[in-house]
Amino acid sequence: MKLKRISLLAVAVAGVVATGTATAGATFDAVKKKGFVQCGVSTGLPGFSVSDDKGNWKGIDVDACRAVAAALFGDASKVKYTPLNAKERFTALQSGEIDMLPRNTTWTYTRDTSLGLNFAGVNYYDGQGFLISKKLGVKSAKELSGAAICIQAGTTTELNLADYFRANKMEYTAITYDSSDETIKGFEAGRCDVLTSDQSQLYALRIKLQKPDDAVVLPEVISKEPLGPVVRQGDDEWFNLVRWSLFAQINAEELGVTSANVDEKAKSTDPNVQRLLGGEGVKGEFLGVGDKWAYNIIKQVGNYGEMFERNVGQGSPLKIERGLNALWNKGGIQYAPPIR
Amino acid sequence: MAEPAPDLTRPARPSRLTDPKFRALVFQILATLTVVAFLVYIVHNTLTNMEQRGISTGFGFLDRTAGFAILQSLIPYSETSTYGRTFVVGLLNTILVSALGVVCATLIGFVVGVLRLSSNWLIKKLATAYIETFRNIPLLLQIFFWYFAIGFNLPGPRQSIAIGETVFLNNRGLYVPAPVFGEGFGWTLAAIAVAIVAVIVLAHWARRRFELTGQSFHTVYVSLAILLGLPLLVFVATGAPLSWDMPALQGFNFRGGLTVIPELFALTLALSIYTAAFIAETVRSGIQSVSHGQTEAASALGLRPSWTLRLVIIPQAMRVIIPPLTSQYLNLTKNSSLAPAIGYPDLVAVFAGTTLNQTGQAVEIIAITMAVYLTLSLVISLFMNWYNKRMALKER
Repeated sequence: MKLKRISLLAVAVAGVVATGTATAGATFDAVKKKGFVQCGVSTGLPGFSVSDDKGNWKGIDVDACRAVAAALFGDASKVKYTPLNAKERFTALQSGEIDMLPRNTTWTYTRDTSLGLNFAGVNYYDGQGFLISKKLGVKSAKELSGAAICIQAGTTTELNLADYFRANKMEYTAITYDSSDETIKGFEAGRCDVLTSDQSQLYALRIKLQKPDDAVVLPEVISKEPLGPVVRQGDDEWFNLVRWSLFAQINAEELGVTSANVDEKAKSTDPNVQRLLGGEGVKGEFLGVGDKWAYNIIKQVGNYGEMFERNVGQGSPLKIERGLNALWNKGGIQYAPPIR
Repeated sequence: MAEPAPDLTRPARPSRLTDPKFRALVFQILATLTVVAFLVYIVHNTLTNMEQRGISTGFGFLDRTAGFAILQSLIPYSETSTYGRTFVVGLLNTILVSALGVVCATLIGFVVGVLRLSSNWLIKKLATAYIETFRNIPLLLQIFFWYFAIGFNLPGPRQSIAIGETVFLNNRGLYVPAPVFGEGFGWTLAAIAVAIVAVIVLAHWARRRFELTGQSFHTVYVSLAILLGLPLLVFVATGAPLSWDMPALQGFNFRGGLTVIPELFALTLALSIYTAAFIAETVRSGIQSVSHGQTEAASALGLRPSWTLRLVIIPQAMRVIIPPLTSQYLNLTKNSSLAPAIGYPDLVAVFAGTTLNQTGQAVEIIAITMAVYLTLSLVISLFMNWYNKRMALKER
């Protein structure tokens, strides 16, 4: 009798799993149907994705999701967030737990080609640097031989660090922590001499220190770290939407359209502005969204420059210079294909 | 025509459907088939989905260069080693911390368990307080506590606590001189082996003599003399071929010698103290399961209290203690996977962490990691079951 019940149960379980067969469905349709974007962000990195005491997420990566929501739903607030650590992020995206992953993630060959993922663009050009206590008196990364170095696990940082020290024939000890919070704690407690990460993160982590002024960021940048939003392969419609939401913001900055003047600019006779804001020429239907998609992004999230200054630039505690992230015609390399 | 009357002497052959044996067989086959079909389906489904989404599969990644550093390695490892080697490094680190933890937890657990039954009020209460405190605080918090609160109260490398300029303690670890074996040290190793064999033979002989004649022999002292004396004699005779690699402060940190990293120390401490609290309770229940009459009988025979504990109570208590002790060892081994929280490079941190993230091969790596923990647990179980059988009551 007992045996019979068990076998019946087994059949039932098998049946449930069979009906739940996962197929790679169109993310675009699924997102549209459920009415919000499920956005994978970091567990807390000032300037990129961090939640305030009221649970509101802010940052340049958060804005990537908000821009997509604005384009798709006309409402930038239709986003739900999933905080992920560096180790969990790709699995969460691959398994469909999240729809897009703007999580200060470096675009590399391996990640782009072997994980079943696509990088939709670059929202921040970064590079790896070193944070070190001032009292050690080190002026250059070339003097770091023999140092103990704190790193966050599962990042390109670990590999760049090994390459850099090997290339310069220097020794080091790596102390690898799970999250950026523990990394900074280890650095503060003196477990390591140096903390290494992308420079933007170093500035963000530095303001988390009890005495931020006691630590300096060394001038050397030892790697290229183009960070950008990632999506699953197999849904080009969704990929296009994420990519062009970013391009719309960059184009808007180039054309001088801001969240403040977007209504006024909508009346402009400049055909470039008209095409961007859905007045004439190209239509939103190519993306599968309304004609006002870019207008909504700029109105609700702002153009790329506004987004940068608000989150990581002069309008934020981080005060990071535009540098590489300035527009192509202003000395940087941020460049978006035209909307036409 | 009348039909032939049924043969009443032989009962009608029962229907196969009502035959309990047959039915049981059918259901067992059905259940097995269902389970197998379910597994095949799951594996197939996973592979198909991964292929559909362009995720690379297979174990080829194990031969690729890892390119990252690991804090502690028991075998030679560098950035140019393969992912396969990172797996071995992580596995050995897991085994190291588990083995250290099992030994320390057993020692602490037995002592505290016996103290819990002490007739001294203070000692008894202290043991109880220890057990109730550490058993009821989540292990992860204890690991953080030992790592951050204790480990980091130590001074930095330049203000190290030095013991005779040979041993240094600071917040980067404990630095001790490392032995460097010179030529001819093999003779000393051989002498140690000979001494061990001699001690085993001696112990056997002493036991036989004790059983035959009742005369005891000072086995412990003689064994110690053989174990220490013989190798020392050979060592001196071959010209003391041993030197020490001293740790010395160079630049940022100490170099040379052996280093015990604070991560290993904190993790071992947390695991042993936590598990010891459970083992202590197991030991207590084991000792209490031996009836008091046994103690009385032993004293009536004139055994000293320490002999009573060693020869009468513990052997009987062990039969109750070993099975739950086995589960505590298994728990400790599995709990060691909390290591990444404080940056100890165990299998989960190195292989299921960094390697997984660099290669993105989640399914393969998690499967390997699970298989490793399963194997480790089964090995511990097998050993403990063997030991349990040896200790079991022998009825003659």
